[in-house]
Amino acid sequence: MASAKQEAHWNDTKGLMRITLAIWFFFSIVIFMFGHDLNSVKVPLLGYPLSYYMTAQGSLAAFVILIFWFAGKQEAIDRKHGFSDAERTED
Amino acid sequence: MFKGKFIDNLPKIYGLYTGGFALFFIIMMIAEKNGASAKSIGVMFLSFTIAIYALIGVLSRTMQVSEYYVAGREVPTVFNGMATAADWMSGASFVAMAGGIYYGGYTYMAFLVGWTGGYVLVSTLLAPYLRKFGCYTVPDFIGTRYGGNIARLCAVVVLVLASFTYVTAQINATGTIASRALDIPFTSGVWIGLVSILLCSMLGGMRAVTWTQVAQYIVLIVAYLLPIFWISWKSGFGIFPHFQLGEEVAKIAALEAQFGLVKNSAAAIKAAGVPGGLSYISVPHSAAPAGAMAAWKYISLAICMMVGTASLPHILMRYFTTPNVTSARRSVAWSLFFIFLLYFSAPMLATLSKIQLIDPSLPTSIIGKPIDQVMAIEWVKNWIHVKQAFIADFNKDGILQLNEWFMRGDVVVLATPEVAGLPYVVSGLVAAGGMAAAMSTADGLILAIANALSHDIYYKMIDPKADVRTRLLVARILLVVIGALGAYIASMRLTSILGAVAWAFDFAMSGLFFPLVLGVWWKRATRQGAIAGMVLGLASGTAYLVHVAPAFNNNTPWLGIDHLRFGIIGAIVCLVAMVVVSLATEEPDSATQKMVDEVRIPSGRSILGKH
Repeated sequence: MASAKQEAHWNDTKGLMRITLAIWFFFSIVIFMFGHDLNSVKVPLLGYPLSYYMTAQGSLAAFVILIFWFAGKQEAIDRKHGFSDAERTED
Repeated sequence: MFKGKFIDNLPKIYGLYTGGFALFFIIMMIAEKNGASAKSIGVMFLSFTIAIYALIGVLSRTMQVSEYYVAGREVPTVFNGMATAADWMSGASFVAMAGGIYYGGYTYMAFLVGWTGGYVLVSTLLAPYLRKFGCYTVPDFIGTRYGGNIARLCAVVVLVLASFTYVTAQINATGTIASRALDIPFTSGVWIGLVSILLCSMLGGMRAVTWTQVAQYIVLIVAYLLPIFWISWKSGFGIFPHFQLGEEVAKIAALEAQFGLVKNSAAAIKAAGVPGGLSYISVPHSAAPAGAMAAWKYISLAICMMVGTASLPHILMRYFTTPNVTSARRSVAWSLFFIFLLYFSAPMLATLSKIQLIDPSLPTSIIGKPIDQVMAIEWVKNWIHVKQAFIADFNKDGILQLNEWFMRGDVVVLATPEVAGLPYVVSGLVAAGGMAAAMSTADGLILAIANALSHDIYYKMIDPKADVRTRLLVARILLVVIGALGAYIASMRLTSILGAVAWAFDFAMSGLFFPLVLGVWWKRATRQGAIAGMVLGLASGTAYLVHVAPAFNNNTPWLGIDHLRFGIIGAIVCLVAMVVVSLATEEPDSATQKMVDEVRIPSGRSILGKH
């Protein structure tokens, strides 16, 4: 069975996974459930219709930022529990 | 000037390479000014870039198993990101995507969200854990986690089916581009494409493919972005079109209302003799269709592409090549960043291309002009001549209406530089970029198939005592055979590029997504459960595809789940079968559970081997 340390690490990891996938779900699915209605909103400054903008640029950019953020958070979790391998480069 | 290890010199080497490519571009510009023909410039672009890739491929040759299968697990984070981006962006992304957006509008752009959002799943659910596992191939993970040759074999079957569907489309694309640029028959183009692909991969396996893919990424991203910025600036739409086309998008919507989006009847199109594969604008550019069904069609397509992304072996195996788990995770983020650069530009190219053709106030416009005048324009003549464009004067008024102009989607990428009056050297660059995109994806796919067959079938099942020489020889022979088979099928031109590409995602998600994810995230998942999931998922998905695909039985799709979305059926069946059968069978032994615990933490030795 997993040690208590491993359990704690995995619980934090699961929590981060849920938050990350919730944000992912919002940008990939929730917005486009209302694609028709949201399209009447204009994006400030840029002037694109909102849903058009999200599918052409907005959600894509959100994913990029989300994965970098996720990687940073997960590295912090790994370090907190002493399971980081960032320094290890065996070959 | 290059001291120390190859890996430490990468930024220098690729910096030099990029500089050399820029120099080559300038030389070609000068050659064009001095009267070099358009054709010879195209030939130069293709042969110069392919020669470089082949050189990298030969220099990266190896006789070591871990270098052949996983590039020695020493590819730095950012470079692996570039290689993955090239691996990912296929001929379809490069050549067909902007055209798809041009004709499909908002609805089509579900592909953009799907092909980027999938990386969130890759990074949170899979890539770091598969790297910790230390496998050589994706079936290697299935085979070790669940145990037994049957599970391994099922994974190989799904991998081969999904990747092979994909690879024929890529070889087809290399053939199309080579035949156009070199002015040779399509079939010869396909075989030239294949030889170029094999030169990049055969001697060095994953190691060679990695370093050529980085080189190919640089060519393809320059070839995609440079024309977009140039066109936008030259035609007065602003220097950074991504943030400046709001007015143009609104203008297109206004013009659509003014002209009316007329649907031509199939009979009228046939009677006018429009060549196959050409389209006309009949769907709004930015408007999102109303209703729950329209929203579901968008979302279901995005889901299929996202889940499919997270199940495609040729992408997952790129993350086996990084030095450690942390760098695998970070590398996913870089991959998506490099992919994003192209994907968020494609809608801008579609917008620029459309406004230039349909806005009567612009000099480049053709809609609303007398047809005999349009027919006299040089680029229109050329593309009509090769049957990539067509004019059908349905209402016989001698004026070109929106629904009377037919064009192949690919032409958006290939001809927009010409329409905007850019020098021909840009078209040569675009051809080289398309070739790089198709070659890099084909390389990754052929290698994924050949590696699964040589490692999982030959080495793990048939001859576990085979020595290194034999293993690598078998791997290379399989590579050539798979490539030749793909080229042979591509040369018969059976499928359109994009239909086949979407199918690969659906096949992969039907059979592999849940066995991979639950293998890490659910300790209770058993061998029997995984086998049931893979077999029933793939079988039900395939049966549904045959049921609805227009090319097969062509039945009415259930709940709008058509042949592009059949993975939804396959993946749900896979999940249910896997959970039910797992719970009905005995839980995995303690050694397997301990292995899963180890996979979940980044530190410590990998599960397989010393890496």
